[in-house]
Amino acid sequence: MTNTQIEKPKIAEPHHPPTTWKTYFTFSTDHKVIGIQYIVTSFLFFLIGGIFAMIIRGELITPEADLVDRTVYNAMFTMHGTIMLFLWTFPVLVGLANYLVPLMIGARDMAFPRLNAVAFWMVPVFGIILMASFFLPGGPAQAGWWSYPPVSLQNPTGNLINGQFLWLIAVAISGVSSIMGGVNFVTTIVKMRAPGMTFFRMPAYVWAVFSAQIIQLFGLPALTAGAVMLLLDLSIGTAFFDPAKGGNAVLFQHFFWFYSHPAVYVIILPVFGIFSEIFPVYSRKPLFGYKVVAVSSLLIAGVSGFVWVHHMFASGTPAWMRIVFMISTMFVSVPTGIKVFAWVATIWGGKLRLTTPMLFALGGLIMFVFAGITGIMLSSVPIDIHVNNTYFVVGHFHYVLYGTVTMGMFAAFYHWFPKMTGRMYYEGLGKLHFWLSFIGTNLNFLPMHPLGLQGMLRRVASYDPEYAFWNVIASIGGFLLGMSTLPFILNMIGSWVQGEKAPDNPWRAIGLEWLVASPPPVENFEEIPVVISEPYGYGKSEPLTANLEKQELIKDLN
Amino acid sequence: MTVNSSISREELQESLETRTVEHTHDEAANSMFGFIVFLLSESIIFLSFFAGYIVYKTTTPDWLPPGVEGLEVREPAINTVILVSSSFVIYFAELALKRHNMWGFRLLWLTTMAMGSYFLYGQAVEWNSLHFTVTSGVFGGMFYLLTGFHGLHVFTGVVLQLIMLVRSLIPGNYDKGHFGVDATSLFWHFVDVIWIILFLLIYIWQ
Ligand code: HEM
Ligand SMILES: [Cu+2]
Repeated sequence: MTNTQIEKPKIAEPHHPPTTWKTYFTFSTDHKVIGIQYIVTSFLFFLIGGIFAMIIRGELITPEADLVDRTVYNAMFTMHGTIMLFLWTFPVLVGLANYLVPLMIGARDMAFPRLNAVAFWMVPVFGIILMASFFLPGGPAQAGWWSYPPVSLQNPTGNLINGQFLWLIAVAISGVSSIMGGVNFVTTIVKMRAPGMTFFRMPAYVWAVFSAQIIQLFGLPALTAGAVMLLLDLSIGTAFFDPAKGGNAVLFQHFFWFYSHPAVYVIILPVFGIFSEIFPVYSRKPLFGYKVVAVSSLLIAGVSGFVWVHHMFASGTPAWMRIVFMISTMFVSVPTGIKVFAWVATIWGGKLRLTTPMLFALGGLIMFVFAGITGIMLSSVPIDIHVNNTYFVVGHFHYVLYGTVTMGMFAAFYHWFPKMTGRMYYEGLGKLHFWLSFIGTNLNFLPMHPLGLQGMLRRVASYDPEYAFWNVIASIGGFLLGMSTLPFILNMIGSWVQGEKAPDNPWRAIGLEWLVASPPPVENFEEIPVVISEPYGYGKSEPLTANLEKQELIKDLN
Repeated sequence: MTVNSSISREELQESLETRTVEHTHDEAANSMFGFIVFLLSESIIFLSFFAGYIVYKTTTPDWLPPGVEGLEVREPAINTVILVSSSFVIYFAELALKRHNMWGFRLLWLTTMAMGSYFLYGQAVEWNSLHFTVTSGVFGGMFYLLTGFHGLHVFTGVVLQLIMLVRSLIPGNYDKGHFGVDATSLFWHFVDVIWIILFLLIYIWQ
């Protein structure tokens, strides 16, 4: 039997000592420890980014710039955006993937455990570099998270080591860390799958991570190239992007968006994957159109490389090019629409269990549909020209980044919390968290759409009093969102310390990760599983693997 | 619904055999695969710089800085021939290693290193003779960025080669596998291909 070719578990070799809380402060090479290290670190940065958001909304509750002065305001939105993207969404998704992918594909660890640990430890390093800019004369970068030249080339203090300089260094380190992660994930998924785990037996989440990491590998180097050139302009006075010296500032935008548009899918694809895991479990139905859902991730990743100019419709882009990119952008909605359709079909007629993860996933889906509609509006050139750089755009991408990605992450946290910690979370606090976030998100970001349509520009500390009404509502929503994190933190810490003990498979979910103990043993699987059926066999009778003992854990008990 | 988990052994056996087993814990193979993925990703940085170069070259009005005529091609062309030939030499070095001809391997490997070092030397001489700097407009910036970034790769390659050479002096080191040698050699070919594109772009297409 094929079984005999499998290497015997090397459990004797103790390269992973048992996990205690202290392990999380060490250079561990266990993918589960690294996963949690990523998640907790990025959550801490989420809190910092959130505090900046509160300052932004506090400033905008009145038309005058009266809370902080304008340069501080600029630094606030720049650091808010940068932290939320580079220190919250990217690392947190990598963290979750680190935890789940080896378990889901039946591997003992990632392909390169030490590389994995190095990639993680770069995250706190660049986080600290970024935060250090608060202590420099002139303060942190103020050119927004896009850092467009020539604004980003201004250097009023005249010091070489300024906020913008540290910003670029931090982004470069983040890039190196992400490339390491990309190499590791792609190798792990291609090379380390358990016997019988063909591509079309991989959970949709693994497909999504795979596609997202491919984008990282092939998009990120372009940003790195642009960042290196900008750094040279800033430090040694080259002329690449400085129009005053004959450079081309728009070229930076190309480098930037060639990566940063696809980066949106790096963020959202794993969340789509999370949805694809969660809906079947809590609807007790197989994922509708599993193969199409799986392949559409790759398709999205592919198409995403050809749409970046939609961020530059207003940057002097020639008309023919605008049309080309308008059409290619709209094309992304096809594979995305297929996914939405598949989720709705999965939920439809299912036996829904509205637990906290399911609520967050449903809420996230609803807000994603809304963001998709405003996204299609933005991809149309005439509308984009009109609302470019207004709050309409800010509203749109927060529906994506908060409504979908952040809510999706919370769904994942609750769903896999029992697996990660061996404890159950408190359902009541979870639901409170959900309702505060759902109402808060809509109160906060929905008003930004009318504001943008009326013409309120983004990145301004003060505004015309005619915009006051919607801004007050948005700020109230913002503070509500800020508060919504409290029940979450309480819940996570409280349940981890003294929650009820979790069974190995509390949700009766199907998947290799549910066949191991909660929390999983250091080497994941005593015996490498031999996979013999497709994922999502809810309502079907096939067992998932041929050799693991705990099969009864995932019998469909419907 | 009741669960039917009583699949017969035969059925199980069959399904295991018919469905392909895609599974490996071969670390060297994983590393090589990962390294190839890394090189593909790395090539995007070069492609971005090349794309930038093409954009600048075709749109910048004062492309060459004042007083600069163009680039001398002769010396860089000789350098190119040396670098490209070294790709063949390293190939034969690898071949010798596969045939367990250790001294052949070391000799050819050392030759590659010498050729790579000569390339770096040639580039240093060229840089020294040029009358423009990295701040001489986008041309100067692009020129030094591209050749410098590539030179850094050549340098890395030579250092890697040195490490592999030293490791080969320890007996038995390459008996089982030689991922390091294979990866270094692949890296060398990569650096070479990049140079050919670079040479065509900045020296030939003036
Ligand atoms: C309570 C939650 C949040 C509030 C109240 C909030 C508020 C805001 C506001 C008002 C702006 C516009 C600043 C300006 O253009 O002047 C902004 C920008 C931004 N936000 Fe948020 N935000 C929140 C959460 C998030 C999250 C979770 C993410 C990402 C995951 C995020 C990502 C961004 C980005 C990328 C920008 C653009 C920054 C720039 O223009 O450079 N935000 N946020
Ligand atoms: Cu975009």
